[in-house]
Amino acid sequence: MIPVDRHTLEVSSQDEPRGLSSAKLDRRDFMKVLGGGLLICFTPTLAWAQESGRAFGGQQLPKDVGAWLHIAADGQVTVFTGKVEVGQNIRTSLAQLVAEELRVPFDAITMTMGDTDLTPWDMGTFGSRTTPTMGPQLRTMAAAARQMLIDMAAQRLKVDAQGLTAADGRVTDPQSKRSIAYGELARGEKLVKVIAGEQALTQAADWKIAGTPVPKAEGRDFVTGKHKYPSDITRPEMLFGAVLRPDGFNATLASIDTSAAEKLPGVKVVRDGDFTGVVAPDAFVAQRAVAAIQSKWTVPEQPSNQGLFEYLKANPETGRDDGPQHVAGSVTEALAGADVKVEERYTIAYIAHAPLEPRASVAEWNGDKLTVWTGTQRPFGVRDELAQAFHLSANQVRVIQPDMGSGYGGKHTGEAAIEAARLAKAAGKPVKVVWTRSEEFTWAYFRPAGLIEIKAGARRDGTLVAWEHHNYNSGPAAINTPYNVANQLIQYHAAKSPLRQGSYRGLASTANHFARECHMDALAHAAGIDPLEFRLKNIADPRLQAVFQAAADKFGWSHLKSKPERGFGIAGGVDKGGYVATCAEVEIDAGGKHVRIRRVVQGWECGAIVNPDGLRNQISGAIVQGIGGALFERILFANGRILNPHFAQYRVPRFSDTPQIEVVLIDRKDLPSAGAGETGLVGLAPAVGNAIFAASGIRLRSMPLAPQSAAPGEPDPAFRS
Amino acid sequence: MGDFVLNVNGSDVRVNASPEETLLSVLRNRLYLTGTKYGCGEGQCGACTVLLNGNATRSCLVAIGSAAKSKVVTVEGLEQNGNLSPVQQAFLDQGAFQCGYCTSGMVVQATSLLREKNDPSEEQIVQAMEGNICRCGTYPRIVEAVKLAARLQSKGASR
Repeated sequence: MIPVDRHTLEVSSQDEPRGLSSAKLDRRDFMKVLGGGLLICFTPTLAWAQESGRAFGGQQLPKDVGAWLHIAADGQVTVFTGKVEVGQNIRTSLAQLVAEELRVPFDAITMTMGDTDLTPWDMGTFGSRTTPTMGPQLRTMAAAARQMLIDMAAQRLKVDAQGLTAADGRVTDPQSKRSIAYGELARGEKLVKVIAGEQALTQAADWKIAGTPVPKAEGRDFVTGKHKYPSDITRPEMLFGAVLRPDGFNATLASIDTSAAEKLPGVKVVRDGDFTGVVAPDAFVAQRAVAAIQSKWTVPEQPSNQGLFEYLKANPETGRDDGPQHVAGSVTEALAGADVKVEERYTIAYIAHAPLEPRASVAEWNGDKLTVWTGTQRPFGVRDELAQAFHLSANQVRVIQPDMGSGYGGKHTGEAAIEAARLAKAAGKPVKVVWTRSEEFTWAYFRPAGLIEIKAGARRDGTLVAWEHHNYNSGPAAINTPYNVANQLIQYHAAKSPLRQGSYRGLASTANHFARECHMDALAHAAGIDPLEFRLKNIADPRLQAVFQAAADKFGWSHLKSKPERGFGIAGGVDKGGYVATCAEVEIDAGGKHVRIRRVVQGWECGAIVNPDGLRNQISGAIVQGIGGALFERILFANGRILNPHFAQYRVPRFSDTPQIEVVLIDRKDLPSAGAGETGLVGLAPAVGNAIFAASGIRLRSMPLAPQSAAPGEPDPAFRS
Repeated sequence: MGDFVLNVNGSDVRVNASPEETLLSVLRNRLYLTGTKYGCGEGQCGACTVLLNGNATRSCLVAIGSAAKSKVVTVEGLEQNGNLSPVQQAFLDQGAFQCGYCTSGMVVQATSLLREKNDPSEEQIVQAMEGNICRCGTYPRIVEAVKLAARLQSKGASR
């Protein structure tokens, strides 16, 4: 027998407002919802590692239930987790892990995700944390549930549990050949068990369902248009809302005339301080009404692209923690004795996430209870935002996150949810708010711009001896070098950002890898050593060595020679448990101005692979998304206004930008699985920059590398793409 | 406001709307055919693509007043007797999506391409699909899915 406590789901109130677990679901309520069966809950004892990004620190994982699992009388298994599916495929991969440990077919599992009334509290889906943290929790819970079912079967069969086996949703006694289905064991029960601590888990080498390319759960609904995204939700008597936007950031309202809007049929104008919104019986009239409002705004003088990086260096954010300085030895002394020295500055532009589904919410009030359907990576965070905005307790707010049209780190916040709820409250009916593309480009938040300064030195034989790296504003993610260097000084400097900024897939890992890997390349060239050889010489971690070697072998690195019209570059690193190495081939046209990425080979390792097909899709997709930030994506702004808030002006990667992509996966079944949604993005930009240098001898140090045109106040770009 | 009759996915429907309201808005908000997506409202992303009288068209750029009496096929109209169309089947088989928000528009655009060219080259596929954005970056799989769909379609035709 395994130690399992048997008691009702009781939760102290001190964790308020932290989720249903702290809300009110006791065993009776739960069983009413689920109609009997077995309910298994898991309390994590794992310490929560702080998310490496900024903007949502502070919240600790509560010391209550982290996930639960229900087994119904028909054998169907429902897993409840606060994580959300946004295209990264965890609805499928987490179900595979549960099916594996519970010994049920994949199809027996249903995942209930991101619903604050039904799932346990969760901080949010970001930081590549789902696979390494939720994965083991679900596996542990499923393994304990399996043992519980075996024990129950032993009692029924009146045999020793030791000899019983579990497979395909049944417990079998090999001696007597008798067996009982899980559903049969659950039938008539109303059992709640809470599990804490560790369980023996199935080794990845023995996986039969996990580790295989199971197709995306509910995939058919995506090719038929049946899947309901947040913007597709409809409620009875629902109205449509739209919000009047200021003329610029930090603007104040000078005057307003809403009379023309109010004359439109069925339109109600809602005003509250500087907030003005409309509700209308249909979406068309709502947009027309908001356009009919005459408003004048006072927009204060604000920084622009021109001089941005000097501004970031000169304006430290004093209230924010810069994080620890990383110091070893003496960079100054080591540089003095180095044979080769390189000192450079690198810049990274603000970019937009531009998820294809913009922010969208439907809000419905029922007395003082508020329900909101919205696209967010943090349903519980948005619930708390709503509770705060409307002076409600967390229990009075329910946020439901239908699998959404992605986020890439851009949907942590609840703007549209609050707007819809505000308008719904005023209208007395459910209201839907869907942001326009230009609203999404303007009023969401951006990946931080950054300035990175590096000075470094090496010996003639290629030994790295000194590394000093300062990052202004873009962030501390992956700021520390994975290379062996005896003398280091590495520091992130928080700055006052002229634009609203936040998480983006990979956080500052892209910026720090871009600067570091271009700098490594420059050092290798200065020392006259092959860039791959130079890296391998200074890497101690065999996992990083292995991805570099795997990518280079597949690419044919050793026999490829760059020439003016064709360049080959390499870059790599490690972050959030994922190891990446990227080789890029670029073509430069005869005029020497136009760059195309022709081929990318990426080596990837993140421990034991849970779903190789989903993983390939993620890594390949990250490369394609990375092309935008590497070559041409950037936000142009002046005086509190975004100058390119449309896809016609803000270029994103399209079919014709896509190179031949080869992904080389290394499956380390002996190592824990890490997340793979982010780090696959970070190698592309430096690999391309290094390839352009190899072809042309021109070192580009700004992302994007080859924009359409010069930003205001900047010289013409050396290359276009 | 006016009454407009359209043929949507094989059935005649009457809608009462302003003639300037977009076909996209009518499909989504009046006919509850939410498979067709809003992505930009400016004809730049392809998420709202439908077949209008057989041609792949950005429904966000079509005023309902100009589409009266037209034949509209949305992603919901591609299944036949519960069977996926070759393009739908190919997207599913190739796993040619991540979040799936662009998929409706991609599937309709590819359907239109394969009606014009039953065996398009990779270059022709890229050219035909260039106006459709996938922010998750699944373009290589979509290209493979269109190639597979061409094979499935020719197999179906010869059966």
